[in-house]
Amino acid sequence: MKVDILIIGAGPAGMAAALAAAPSGARIALLDDNPAVGGQIWRDGPQAHLPPQVHEQRRRLAAQSTIQLLTASRVIAQAGPKQLLVEDAACARVIEYDKLILCTGARELLLPFPGWTLPGVTGAGGLQALIKGGLPVAGERLVIAGSGPLLLASAATAQANGARVLQIAEQASWAAVAGFAAQLPRWPHKLLQALGLWHPGYRASSHVIAALGDSHLQAVRLSINGQVKEVPCERLACGFGLIANTQLGQALGCRIEHNSIAVDNWQASSQVDIYAAGECTGFGGSEKALVEGAIAGHAAVGDLAAARHLWPQRQRWQGFARALQHSFALGEPVKQLATPDTLICRCEDIALADLREHGGWTPAKLASRCGMGACQGRICGAATQVLFGWQPPAPRPPFSPARIDTLLQLGQPE
Amino acid sequence: MPELLLDGQPLKVDEGTTVAAALLLGGDGSSRTSVSGQRRAPFCGMGVCQECRVSTDGQRRLACQTLCRDGMRVESRP
Repeated sequence: MKVDILIIGAGPAGMAAALAAAPSGARIALLDDNPAVGGQIWRDGPQAHLPPQVHEQRRRLAAQSTIQLLTASRVIAQAGPKQLLVEDAACARVIEYDKLILCTGARELLLPFPGWTLPGVTGAGGLQALIKGGLPVAGERLVIAGSGPLLLASAATAQANGARVLQIAEQASWAAVAGFAAQLPRWPHKLLQALGLWHPGYRASSHVIAALGDSHLQAVRLSINGQVKEVPCERLACGFGLIANTQLGQALGCRIEHNSIAVDNWQASSQVDIYAAGECTGFGGSEKALVEGAIAGHAAVGDLAAARHLWPQRQRWQGFARALQHSFALGEPVKQLATPDTLICRCEDIALADLREHGGWTPAKLASRCGMGACQGRICGAATQVLFGWQPPAPRPPFSPARIDTLLQLGQPE
Repeated sequence: MPELLLDGQPLKVDEGTTVAAALLLGGDGSSRTSVSGQRRAPFCGMGVCQECRVSTDGQRRLACQTLCRDGMRVESRP
């Protein structure tokens, strides 16, 4: 399969990139590993309520005959110059492109604490995604902990679906949260969003200590502004902010700066014909992703005037991104939640005590198998970076677990 | 409404329901057994952590990124 523009990730950035590039007549493929477009923020499902703007975007995408949607598809490897090997549920194929736009989004930073492997414990954005997909939470008692505005958004989704949110523990200080809130009038739409999400159980300078239970979560031990408190509950949603998904960009040789794919004014990466947009260039929400995606789409088809026209809008949302990243910087307490027997690598079940002595990612991996399981270090690699300052190595193919049949396509002529 | 078999038990779910949600709708919510024998459940919810991997119709799939289909057989036990 050959296209002019291949877009990886069909969240706000990828959708905007496709729609911006489409009027040129270019053949476009828009790929995502989820069953539908929308990314994390606009994930559809039986318990999702999407804004009208999203239905409009989806309708416009479907109406473009030059845009091919490849959902439930993952990038497995680079097959050759300007070629990626892609797998879906049924088959694998090599996609050849002229321009590539990476809109690979962000994932949650999930930090280890005692009991975090118990069923009943999820990410914060993770819980929101699971609920949208139909996870029943009606009548459940829920505690939310971690950092960032996503905690409030997750609480709102859970409450709308019948859960009782008992407490929201934000690790940042009241001063930091208030400082962030004080800046919100610069983005009135964000201020209104925040007011609508406010919850009486919200506490700053607070964090999870442990998830308690034998085979399933039964209670959460929290530090609420220095006071230890145990809260019986059925569910704990814990997320410590977002991290950019840079793996594919890094594997393709794009320069990484501040844990994000580095881009210029045209959203072009350091590699020729590879662009990046949205959360993978630094997290900052869907508005930033939409405008960056549109700039990347216009630039990729050579419509530089249209791209330049959007620069002021991008600058505005990049300001919001900076405020967000600054206000919810992680404090020391949440980096020290794991105890010696807390599992750090959830795939290989490797505890903190078996890791810490090694002094670096590669020695730890070689000695313990940490990071060698199915997630390929995406969870524990990010955690050890925060906990110990270990730098995870460049990703290697296959980028995701893949079928042997898929890998056999590497090295086979089309 | 799709009807699937979850660990041998029939389960009807709403259209668009993920297999991750079905695990709790029709069972205890857990998806796999870890290398040291712990039961685990969907965790990141967005296709990253691989905790929710189950067998659907004999293929390894991430439950959080797979939609329930009529006649699908889902196995969460080893």
